[in-house]
Amino acid sequence: MKAKVIITTDQVKHLAKLAALPLSDDRLKKLVGQIETTFEYVQTLEKTDTTTLDETNQVTGLTNVMREDIIDDSRTFTQEQALQNAKHSHNGYFVVPAIFVAEDN
Amino acid sequence: MTYQLICGAEIHVELKTKSKMFCGCQNDPFHAPKPNLYTCPVCLGLPGALPVPNQKAIEDTILLGLALHSQIAKVSKFDRKHYFYPDLPKGYQISQYDQPLCIGGYLDTSFGRVNLTRIHLEEDTAKLQHATVNGQSVSLIDFNRSSVPLMEIVTEPDIKSPEMAKEFLKGLRDIIRALGIADCDMEKGGMRLEANISLTKDGTLPHYKVEVKNINSFRFFANSLDYEFQRQSEILDKGEIPAQETRGYRSTSNLTVSQRTKEDAADYRYFPDPDIPPLIIDSAWVSTIQQRLRKLPNQIITDLVSAGITESAAKIILQDPDMLTFITQVKILDPKSVRTAGNDLANKKIDYHQITPEAYLEAKKSNVQNQISANSQLEPLVRQVLADNPELVAQYRAGKTGILGFFVGAVIKNTGGKADPRTVTELLKKNL
Amino acid sequence: MLLDKSILELLTGYKNKSIDPVDVINEAYGQIDKYSSKLNTLITVRDKQEVLDFLKTLDSSLPLYGLPYILKDSYATTELRTTCASKILDNYLSPYDATVHKKLKEAGAILIGKGNQDAWGHGASTENSDYGMGKNPWDPTRVVGGSSGGPAAAVATRMCAFAIGEDTGGSIRNPAAWNNISGLRVTYGRVSRYGCVAYASSMDTVGPFGKTAADLAIILKVIAGPDVYDGTSAPHEVPDYNLELTKTPNKLKIGIAPEMFGAGLDQEISNNAQDFASKLAELGHQLIDISLPVAEISDAAYYILAPSETSSNLGRYDGIRYGNTRDLFTQESMRRIMVGTYELSSGYYDAFYRKALKIRTLLIKTFQKAFEQCDVILLPENPIMPPKLGDLISDPLANMLADLYNTPVSLIGSPSLVIPSGFHKNGLPIGVQLVGKKFSESLLLGLGHQYQQVTEWHTRSPQL
Repeated sequence: MKAKVIITTDQVKHLAKLAALPLSDDRLKKLVGQIETTFEYVQTLEKTDTTTLDETNQVTGLTNVMREDIIDDSRTFTQEQALQNAKHSHNGYFVVPAIFVAEDN
Repeated sequence: MTYQLICGAEIHVELKTKSKMFCGCQNDPFHAPKPNLYTCPVCLGLPGALPVPNQKAIEDTILLGLALHSQIAKVSKFDRKHYFYPDLPKGYQISQYDQPLCIGGYLDTSFGRVNLTRIHLEEDTAKLQHATVNGQSVSLIDFNRSSVPLMEIVTEPDIKSPEMAKEFLKGLRDIIRALGIADCDMEKGGMRLEANISLTKDGTLPHYKVEVKNINSFRFFANSLDYEFQRQSEILDKGEIPAQETRGYRSTSNLTVSQRTKEDAADYRYFPDPDIPPLIIDSAWVSTIQQRLRKLPNQIITDLVSAGITESAAKIILQDPDMLTFITQVKILDPKSVRTAGNDLANKKIDYHQITPEAYLEAKKSNVQNQISANSQLEPLVRQVLADNPELVAQYRAGKTGILGFFVGAVIKNTGGKADPRTVTELLKKNL
Repeated sequence: MLLDKSILELLTGYKNKSIDPVDVINEAYGQIDKYSSKLNTLITVRDKQEVLDFLKTLDSSLPLYGLPYILKDSYATTELRTTCASKILDNYLSPYDATVHKKLKEAGAILIGKGNQDAWGHGASTENSDYGMGKNPWDPTRVVGGSSGGPAAAVATRMCAFAIGEDTGGSIRNPAAWNNISGLRVTYGRVSRYGCVAYASSMDTVGPFGKTAADLAIILKVIAGPDVYDGTSAPHEVPDYNLELTKTPNKLKIGIAPEMFGAGLDQEISNNAQDFASKLAELGHQLIDISLPVAEISDAAYYILAPSETSSNLGRYDGIRYGNTRDLFTQESMRRIMVGTYELSSGYYDAFYRKALKIRTLLIKTFQKAFEQCDVILLPENPIMPPKLGDLISDPLANMLADLYNTPVSLIGSPSLVIPSGFHKNGLPIGVQLVGKKFSESLLLGLGHQYQQVTEWHTRSPQL
């Protein structure tokens, strides 16, 4: 028997904050229902016994893929290229409205 | 109420590899002539970019683990640590969560052992700075530093006093420098410190801890411990518990101020980075890295002292990898000159960035030759002075050694003030 | 039409000067002008004169000389913007090229446009696009399929000689079947992902669309291979896929799992798969019964892993270094990001993400067992025929179920070829899926080629 998944509006608001997604009330409401549907669906996995199984997060079977410590100029951008898609830039920097940050680093 | 200080440190060290952690961009954020010069799709977090880890950075971290007696992981991986901030281009930092490269380890100090929890490898963030542009308060972002390899060293709460903290941090820095993997220049942001501080009455670990950030030197680290000890004692004396929070150290006023409440572990939603296959670290690989384990600071000092250099000079040389390289080469070229060279280095008499050890030795040799030719002129003068003062010579030989000074002065006067006092003294002694 | 010809025919024609590549390019642009806006096939079209001028600079001996192609708009290109069908990247011009694009350029092929898709790969219909819903050229009131709907339709309507799509949970296979063309999901890692906007990093693959398996072989030979910029790219040598095609596969064991032909599958699609199997038997292959109880669990596992990974991969779109702000994500994309964020959040990670990783292990073992008994597994591609526009996007559950036969393959990283296998009584095309062991692309293409020598479904193109 599948338990009905209940996602609260508060939970969705919290998730939206974690995911930095600005949500209108309209969208929020719709999302609650949609997320619940998804979770009811994935809950079918509960039926399957996975206690003896390892996790596979890499299907390649590759290990120790690394690069040598050399400078690769072929990929390095000029300052212009780096900034070419930025909405706001100034004297070679990317610009955002001031973040209040205590003097870390 | 007497309390004991319980402190753990978290130290971030920028590795001085040639290239960045996950791409081939130049790793030189501090000296870059302009912002955003060393970027590429990977460290700029462009759509479609993929990370490939820097082998040297991995090996440098393992090397430090070996030097600090850590256990090297047999299986390690990189994980994604998620949070949003303008200095984090991908919206996640590639770091290590539950399978760090090095586990445990320790560094001994004269106050006792500081155990390590772990050492792991991650990428640095971009650099933010405040500015006012067109009357607006803004943050400027420079990605030259983005994705530079960063080692994170976490200690157990074994630090018990400000003095112990300083000794531990200095010792750690010396080892890192001796291994040649990082410069640990705090002014350039190459080494960053954070303290976790709490107080206990009975030695048990309390349920709170205060995190202190923005510590820019070992001295400030020690100061923050002093301040926190005071501040937390007062709170505890009142029967209250200090708030679990993050505080910033203010060097100008020498105190800490509250920044924000430290929630129980922000939700970073760690998961293994699917773009980076895992690392299998076998004993063969570890052995190769072990070969790089250069002599550690104490050993280096012992070697230098036995070569004739004074301990204080040796300690000065140890701080500067270029001086160390210089003296090592002198030792190979002309072991007999090590003592003089070492002392000259420590007394800043050698411009060792400009002059090669060979050139230095050449110059020294010709000086000696000049000395000898000077000596050949000097010696007759010395003999003359002695011949002119037979009674004083007799008194010297009878035990009045202080008269030597008179003779030295006389000889020098006769050379018009040009003779080297040491050489004169030696010649006098030779003839007396 | 010239573009009805196979790639080999075109290249041969160019060599012996019986076909002029300019004519082919002009024809392609003719089709684009006539149908692309109507069907919302392409998001950006390259300036024709620029293309013709570029053609003149190319060495005619290059392996793909003069062939016009379409890239799904999730590939970084320096010539044209890359939007991923989202307003967030509406004005994004990549300063670097994806490896697949670089390789095709080096081989002499010419990019002429970027194909419409479900934004960020989120969907199986190309309805989740900020640039208009993609319409099926066989019936423009119906969806074109997805998420690589645009590139697939472009091949079907002869807007190009071939196209490159991207398959995470079926995004090449689904539209290949619904457009009557051939599409290949490669072994995970066979083609470099560098420059491909990531959807689910552990399952994303870069693959070709073409009119035939033979066309796919030619393209695959150029784009496959290891890449130092992609740590998950396979180091395996790239076979000469063209040459391999000539080796007719003989007496293969074709595995058919009754579980996969059960409820939820349109009856005609099911019958069509049977017919296809019979044809393979006629060709001398053996039909074997196998067990593959994977459909439900793999779809559920996919809908944990994919949203989780996408919620992570989409974190970089903050509007600072490029693009627009995050409020512009579509409802469907927001749903996936939120679901993924939830699944990864503390307290739920073990129940969801870890569980899904274990299901993946189970699937790998299940398929391994099945492949002990057969060489190729025959599966349906889509459980349904293309729905009317608007139906699928409004029903998240239906959207997820559309991937039923695709997700098992995606999770294990195996290759899969989809080729046309017939028509529904409603006139719409049906495709079938052939799944192989890892790095068995040669075998799959050979089998597909063999089938296409004795059938003509693949020669049909939509009446526009």
